[in-house]
Amino acid sequence: MSCIFRYFPPMKMAFLLIIGLLVLFVIRLCYVLFHLQEKPLKALKSRSVLAVAGSGGHTTEIVRLLSSLPSTFRPHSYVVATSDKMSVTKIESFESTEGSENKFTLYKIPRSREVSQSWGSTIITTFHACLASFPIMWKSRPDILLCNGPGTCIPLCIVALIYKVLGICATDIVFVESMCRVTTMSLSGKILYPFANRFYVQWPQLLQQYPNAIYLGGRLV
Amino acid sequence: MYCIHHIIANDQETFLNTPILFLAHIKCKLHFEHVFSGLSFIFMSLLFLILIDNSVSFRTTEICFMSVFVTVGTTSFDELTELVTSEPILKILETKSYSSLLVQYGRGHHQVKECNTAGLKINGYRYKDSISGDITNADLVISHAGAGTCLEVLGARKPLVVVVNEKLMDNHQFELAKQLHQDGHLLYCTCSTLGSTLSEMDLQSLEPLPAPKTNKFGEDLTLHFQL
Repeated sequence: MSCIFRYFPPMKMAFLLIIGLLVLFVIRLCYVLFHLQEKPLKALKSRSVLAVAGSGGHTTEIVRLLSSLPSTFRPHSYVVATSDKMSVTKIESFESTEGSENKFTLYKIPRSREVSQSWGSTIITTFHACLASFPIMWKSRPDILLCNGPGTCIPLCIVALIYKVLGICATDIVFVESMCRVTTMSLSGKILYPFANRFYVQWPQLLQQYPNAIYLGGRLV
Repeated sequence: MYCIHHIIANDQETFLNTPILFLAHIKCKLHFEHVFSGLSFIFMSLLFLILIDNSVSFRTTEICFMSVFVTVGTTSFDELTELVTSEPILKILETKSYSSLLVQYGRGHHQVKECNTAGLKINGYRYKDSISGDITNADLVISHAGAGTCLEVLGARKPLVVVVNEKLMDNHQFELAKQLHQDGHLLYCTCSTLGSTLSEMDLQSLEPLPAPKTNKFGEDLTLHFQL
């Protein structure tokens, strides 16, 4: 190994550079992870929200959660799976009641996992969804990424974290566990529990397993 | 549910008496002025009877038609849609005074067509933009355990029977239906126990679902993000 460096100094420099960047990345990652659950330092006039719409009931819940937020949580944008037409209808219907002057954006993403899909192919489809998430998060750069459990949110959260480490955007993940999770957490919830800025549960039984979760005294939707 | 009011005159004889007696006196050869004066006399008699005659009283009877709405949301739940349109279940619904059944069958292969079976009017469809109208018109809702559907039905204050789909791998749906059932808001069962649940159900004992604390979410987030 050392003889290569004696005869090819540029390679040594490149190698050191790569090691250096990796070390910086790890330090920055640790810093970001350590400060993930803190209250934001800056007071802003408004915070944009990117909401992840899953299938069926998930979208209904997300829309109800958004309806409780004041107008300072604007603009709204949504990520919908390409195969999901019902959610688009629900979102358009909700936004039309919010007022015609409010503009919202819809992004389409391939689904990470269909119901009953095998776990082997899920890894591939999730990776595909991650690749699609990079341009979405780049274009939208939201202050808040609001999720409530469908697999669609995982690739977006991974990319949001990567962008945070690289300093591209400072998106905070707000996760609200679905109201149909009473005694067990969803897989997305288990994955995102350590990474969310705010993590809400709608039934008190979940606090035993997830003590840092926030329970506001009842169902939120 | 919708009701038809049948208005029945008590003393029908008085109603028909006067015009018939008049018609019996009419001569065979009818001229226009005779017909006109005859008809106006009949009209005046009826008016007189309605206003003055106390012996003509009206009784109303109400016949109400109760309906069942079955919904599976965006899922495929052929086991339920086939079961609910089968003779045994239809017979149970008929004994409970339901006269119509509407089935929203979602992604299912089993399509429910318009027909009349076992005394019930049956109809079905795949999807609608909003099922809230069908929920409002129903007197009983039978549904899959989807969170959105449960919320919508319980929010509309309709009695709900939730049927959990045992074939779904990750059957966390059981949790919500079980909890809401424990809290007394709905009845829940599986396909195999739907018959007995419907036979024994006491819908009056169900408690209305309290409103969610959605505003608390907005307040908490506003406080945390300093807006």
